Amino acid sequence: MSIFINRDTRLVVQGITGRDGSFHTRQMIEYGTAVVAGVTPGKGGQTFEGKVPIFNTVADAVAATGANTAVIYVPPGLAAGAIAEAADAGTRLVVCITEGIPVVDMMRVIPFVREKNVRLLGPNCPGLISPGQTKVGIIPGQICAPGRVGLVSRSGTLTYEVVNQLTKAGIGQTTCVGIGGDPIIGTNFIDTLAAFQADPDTHAIVMMGEIGGTDEQKAAAFVKASVTKPVIGFIAGQTAPPGRRMGHAGAIISGSSGTAVEKMAAFREHGIAVMERPADVVRLVREAFNK
Amino acid sequence: MNLHEYQARAILKSAGIPMPDGDIATTPAEAEAIARQLGGTVVVKAQVHAGGRGKAGGVKLAKSPAEAAEHASRILGMRIKGLVVSKVLVVPAAEIASEAYVGLIVDRETQRPVFMVSPAGGIDIEEVAAKTPEKIFRLAVDPRYGLLPHQALGLAFKLYPEFAKARSAARIMEQLYAVFMANGASLAEINPLVTTPDGTVLALDAKISVDDNELERRHDLAALRDETAEAPAEVEARRAGLTFIKLDGNVGCVVNGAGLAMATMDLVKYYGGDPANFLDIGGSSNPENVVNALRIITSDPAVKAILFNIFGGITRTDDVANGIKTALAQFPVTVPIVVRLTGTNEAIAVEILQGIGMTALNDMDDAVQQVVALVKAAA
Repeated sequence: MSIFINRDTRLVVQGITGRDGSFHTRQMIEYGTAVVAGVTPGKGGQTFEGKVPIFNTVADAVAATGANTAVIYVPPGLAAGAIAEAADAGTRLVVCITEGIPVVDMMRVIPFVREKNVRLLGPNCPGLISPGQTKVGIIPGQICAPGRVGLVSRSGTLTYEVVNQLTKAGIGQTTCVGIGGDPIIGTNFIDTLAAFQADPDTHAIVMMGEIGGTDEQKAAAFVKASVTKPVIGFIAGQTAPPGRRMGHAGAIISGSSGTAVEKMAAFREHGIAVMERPADVVRLVREAFNK
Repeated sequence: MNLHEYQARAILKSAGIPMPDGDIATTPAEAEAIARQLGGTVVVKAQVHAGGRGKAGGVKLAKSPAEAAEHASRILGMRIKGLVVSKVLVVPAAEIASEAYVGLIVDRETQRPVFMVSPAGGIDIEEVAAKTPEKIFRLAVDPRYGLLPHQALGLAFKLYPEFAKARSAARIMEQLYAVFMANGASLAEINPLVTTPDGTVLALDAKISVDDNELERRHDLAALRDETAEAPAEVEARRAGLTFIKLDGNVGCVVNGAGLAMATMDLVKYYGGDPANFLDIGGSSNPENVVNALRIITSDPAVKAILFNIFGGITRTDDVANGIKTALAQFPVTVPIVVRLTGTNEAIAVEILQGIGMTALNDMDDAVQQVVALVKAAA
């Protein structure tokens, strides 16, 4: 099993003819993802490299192909509109890779998406992968392997680092989910933890947080109350100065709130095993499995 | 990006929010002329991105144009929290009957713009929130509908029991909300919102922070950036499309991805070193980014060694290796470089580095331990 995506995922790629969209569409097809449609307004009727039909709108794509999931690789100024379009067209999951979307655009589109009961992942995220089944987004397939660990993270390359260490140690994953580094995101830690808890094939959960906000602290309380599976956690940004945006728009310590110390303390208090450094993941997952 | 008070004032005034007249001066003579034109007692205020301007002596009352010039000559050029004051704002001194606070922020929890208002204004709102949270009133606005009239008036009555004042304050809140959304603000604040003895409601001080993601499409706002308030290396990095933050340590860090960059800094600390910077070269492969990154890091004399930590996904590690090769051919790098890379085109990258007499490590912990040892040996 897996969460959010599986072999039934039928994907429409918004921005399929762009530089990033075309590159990652090739990668997804190579991995085995069912990419059933692409959307680029004005290019409807063409095909992407002779393989994938292109439509002018997501609604057309869904009607013609039965796409149930959308992934977005369009520029930041247009991305919130693309999210709304995908939600309106009847896809169930919308994965937004785009970084740099203005926060007022996100505040306007989030209520629209929620009203339609559509799951949004991201924005500013690497997407997700269920190893051996399908991937949606940009996580490199070759560093993952099928297995029993569920992974959720606010970052991209740090996720790759940890997944790679797990895979090299022979520990596979059910699904790896990047929820994104922005302050306003569609799917948070708690949503993902709940899904992993409900997935019978996930036996342990790795959670990669970072400074900024209180999502990790709330997730820690949720773990204590509602997650029976072992959870291992990491917080990036122990050396980050307050008041500075550390690359990710959401990674900022405001006043004295959102520090790594505070988040790690919340993890410990609620029974989450804390990784002091990324390499600790292998040892802690093994300990969790041996309990 | 934070705006200066005078920049925020201009935006609020053009939205119709009542604020006293006033102008900006860069010399004592200009300050004197503005004070003369305004007449009466004025306030000379340092324009600098730092809190506590008043305590630092950056805000002064002047009873005459000559006194305004005197204050301006003292304030201009002074340092407040390390930042040099190059502009002062000269405004008429208002007679104040009461002070309130009105702020609007992007709230991560409700994912909405949230108003925070308090009848206890004029002071640090975080202090009010900590000591007397019952004096702060919050309202999350649904951005699909905007701030509704009854919501604005309801909030305004929390500040003023009298209807005339409440109506004025409600109008100001509606205008502030419009400014917030139209300019992609992450914070818009009036502190204090005052009443004068005749009952007029006025905004005396304003603060706006614009969401950095907004600047790409709003060149008018991007043009308001004050680069004198930033570390020169950070300005250079931004122009080169890199995210760079200067820190106090001596291990230069070049990493792809923000999360990995933070984790790398943390690991340097874990092994007893001190990171000199946060630097994310971004996801795309561009050797030029690496050249710029090395130029910026080596310009910091505190840096004793440089660590590359690259996890190739979209980033091709051979592009990074080529960037290092190009940089070393362009300018001298006198400190040791430790390179860790893994992922896309790793074998090619290793070959490129070997060609210039460098080795590449495969493991993040090994690389960090090595760079920390080099720095300690150099000390």
